[in-house]
Amino acid sequence: MRDPLSKRVTSLQPSGIRKFFDVVSEMPDAISLGVGEPDFPTPWPVREAGIYSLERAHTHYTSNSGLAALREEIARYLERRVLVSYDPKNEIMVTVGGSEAIDLALRCMIDPGDEILIPQPSYVSYEPCTVLAGGVPVILSLREEDEFRLTGCQVEEAVTERTKALVLPFPNNPTGSVLTREDLEDIARVVIEKDLFVISDEIYAELTYGDREHVSIASLPGMRERTVLINGFSKAYAMTGWRMGYAAAPAWLLKEMLKIHQYAIMCAPTTSQYAGVEALKNGDNEIAKMRRAYDQRRRYCLHELRGMGLPCFEPLGAFYLFPKISQLGLTSEEFATRLLKEEKVAVVPGTAFGACGEGFLRISYAYSLDNLKEALGRVRRFVERLQREGA
Amino acid sequence: MREKILELLERDSRVSTAEAAILLGEPEEAVQKEIRAMEEEGVICGYHALINWEKVAEEKVIALIEVRVTPQRDMGFDNIAERIYQYEEVKSVYLMSGAYDFTVIVEGKTMKNVAQFVSSKLATIDGVLSTATHFIMKQYKEDGTVMAPREKDERIPVTL
Repeated sequence: MRDPLSKRVTSLQPSGIRKFFDVVSEMPDAISLGVGEPDFPTPWPVREAGIYSLERAHTHYTSNSGLAALREEIARYLERRVLVSYDPKNEIMVTVGGSEAIDLALRCMIDPGDEILIPQPSYVSYEPCTVLAGGVPVILSLREEDEFRLTGCQVEEAVTERTKALVLPFPNNPTGSVLTREDLEDIARVVIEKDLFVISDEIYAELTYGDREHVSIASLPGMRERTVLINGFSKAYAMTGWRMGYAAAPAWLLKEMLKIHQYAIMCAPTTSQYAGVEALKNGDNEIAKMRRAYDQRRRYCLHELRGMGLPCFEPLGAFYLFPKISQLGLTSEEFATRLLKEEKVAVVPGTAFGACGEGFLRISYAYSLDNLKEALGRVRRFVERLQREGA
Repeated sequence: MREKILELLERDSRVSTAEAAILLGEPEEAVQKEIRAMEEEGVICGYHALINWEKVAEEKVIALIEVRVTPQRDMGFDNIAERIYQYEEVKSVYLMSGAYDFTVIVEGKTMKNVAQFVSSKLATIDGVLSTATHFIMKQYKEDGTVMAPREKDERIPVTL
């Protein structure tokens, strides 16, 4: 029989730590610090809006770009929070999670051989989506000494005549790093100078702490027409299972993304879209409440990790910490594997997010404080054992 | 800072000052000072556990009683309220707008107990015109906490 499989697909590397994940899922009594989604349930008024839409039999397709009412709410939100105006009629589309929007943006920009700049450590989909679209991922390694923030200089050095776009994954998963306005101005200068485009994944935009408010690169002068702004409902409104994201971009660009979406997806789930309207209309307080809870846990975890002697920069976004463990003489994966075996705590090795994550771990604080106390107590026991072994 | 401390204590009154300081990102001495000040000013009036008595063998009955009264010259409602809340059977007293004046929450060992308290003590207070007693059959949610077993974390343990 002929091999029907595409070389492009078969040559995609499955995540290198797949084995580790399989072990975790077979240990039901393990405590996890490994989730990438909120622990809160979706706020009740939002769930209720979904139920109500079912009762009213809103069970049909919506327009390809999403319910008009939802796009209008998204436009209002972007105006209010991001300070950029988008026309809800032809500059905003609703997608199946932020991840679909990432895929669409890459696919509608890449011609074979085009280079896409991808900072790492970062979420795992940018690289394979680029490859699947026929592009060439060019990895920009973020550095601990920069607190994992991207610099304009790094972008500049990586640009070639094939460079098409830059993926901007901030606030960042897995490091929790947030760019400052100055960082963004520095990057925008290079982007404009080199005539690049930006795919700005702002899914964690609502989750920043301290004084570091998220700034969208689309809000900087000259950048709106060069940016696909991606956000969604998963992290801010604790709506991961609803699969709801959106993209905002200039009409000429969004039109092309919408073509792919129209053929591949049709439209985002209708029930979820009705729930999304409610989330955007009345959800600001709920977001603030969850943000306060995350912020407390963030401080607690940072205090604990530093207390056990793990160097960790203070993350100001998302719900992750990214402590350094290389000084303990183990690789990220060795550390995670032994921690799971010896103390039954699951964390994600930094290498899951790119080779430059070696020497680090991602610790999620999307858990109750009680859960974090127990889990970090075990991590402390493990680290102290390693320190004794090393001494 | 006060509001942040209160929000924290309202959720978990057992949190130590050291831990509160970490969670709020404030110096421990400052947190301790604020808590003490608020205790003295009567902002913080107590630290209680929330108990689901249904799970305990001991019998317990709670009733909500609507009370209509005649307010007294110069004293308004406060004087009558004081005469009501002195009884240790009375857990809470609220002055209400609307069709009646006070909501009184009374706790007793049996229904007979409570009924006796209402008829012999509460209803006979000077100025009390009438009472209507409603026994509570089941507690679903108390002070923001749902009285049900905690739900299991059904998230996939590792997601990127």
